[in-house]
Amino acid sequence: MRVLTPSGLDHALALLAEFESSLTPLAGGTDLLVSWPHQNSDEVGFLDLSPLRAEHSAPRLEQDALVLSMLTTYWDVIASEEVRTEFPLLLAAALKVGAVQIQSAGTWAGNIANGSPAADGVPVLMAYGAEVVLRSTRGEVRVPLDRYYLGYKQSVRALDQLIVEIRVPRRKREIEWFHKVGARFAQAISKLGVAVTRDETGHRVVVNSVAPTVVRCRALEDHLDQGGKIESVEQVRALLSFDIAPIDDIRSTSRYRESVLSRLLYFYLRKANLRKANG
Amino acid sequence: MSHFDLTLELNGKKVTRKIPLRSRLLDALRYDFGLTGTKEGCGEGECGACTVLLSGRPVNSCLVLARQAEGCKVETVESTSTETLRRLNATGTSQCGACTPGIVMTARWLCDNPQTLDLMSLREFMSGNLCRCTGYDGVLSGIECLLDQEEGES
Repeated sequence: MRVLTPSGLDHALALLAEFESSLTPLAGGTDLLVSWPHQNSDEVGFLDLSPLRAEHSAPRLEQDALVLSMLTTYWDVIASEEVRTEFPLLLAAALKVGAVQIQSAGTWAGNIANGSPAADGVPVLMAYGAEVVLRSTRGEVRVPLDRYYLGYKQSVRALDQLIVEIRVPRRKREIEWFHKVGARFAQAISKLGVAVTRDETGHRVVVNSVAPTVVRCRALEDHLDQGGKIESVEQVRALLSFDIAPIDDIRSTSRYRESVLSRLLYFYLRKANLRKANG
Repeated sequence: MSHFDLTLELNGKKVTRKIPLRSRLLDALRYDFGLTGTKEGCGEGECGACTVLLSGRPVNSCLVLARQAEGCKVETVESTSTETLRRLNATGTSQCGACTPGIVMTARWLCDNPQTLDLMSLREFMSGNLCRCTGYDGVLSGIECLLDQEEGES
């Protein structure tokens, strides 16, 4: 194995540019180091980002956005009163990622980069309209998170690019909701998860564990944006079917996921609509 | 490079050892620094038996490369005060003992950060430490006892 240790961000980008195909950026290690003795081999190469922790961990609020840095952990969000007050879904999702040991080490950027369809941090960021800031020695680009993934574990990130920031716009939201279904209340990987927001740009309904990537349910969002009513579980299920493709796996079944997701959204959206109707 | 020099501030003392590059923090603590109190349970970040405090936060030491801890402050179960152990023992917190070092470290961190319980219940906070004896009630009463003590002192 090989571990390269950069002295700063510019050095990290230079190393990535030089050795891109053989280096995986290593942040909290909560995905990359699972069962490490069994996956350690001569071929593994890490770019260890831990020397950058001091400078690139703290989340900060700018005028128009919350900025999560490259190494901001779940616990950094949980521990920040101003962040958790203004972005309650980030808190809700962070509290559902493993337990304190994982929350202390795991990073939001790592959750995005790992690309798991079951990522708990990604639905809430996507529902908040987050942008991913990718930097390399070639320059910097911003990509909306809902256009970041190309397929299962595939993304627009080039091998020489690092996720250096996640920018979450500060918007006034009329509704916001996150719900995770796991085998138990805490310390479980998602059977499915869902985040819903509505702000001046419209509705966002984002789900995990029911498609090859975390996805927006565009057909349902369009229906809601056009003022469509929520009438039945069947109707929600039909609208979801344009965007999701759940499978049977070790944690759940396609049928369970589709059925539970439809019901969760039906009951939540009915309640949200009623609240709107009542002023 | 198959080995490197790792320097830690380990339980308050600055220490350096040459260790294999592939080592996890857990391996370095047990095999290179000789602190075998920290246990390996699952090796995949589920059970919390290997919990140590890294730079003041509880982490699973099986999910940290030793290399990532370079220059950091690390606290292990060996640094636990006898008073803390006495209180935990009084309530039957430990049964077979395999999960205990991790539980003690998570509990110690909580005692230093009790405001955490404004955001979640004690049971939920401790959910990253699994006990195969399923002695959770004894664990929770032990920690409540520790928290009461802290409250009494402040």
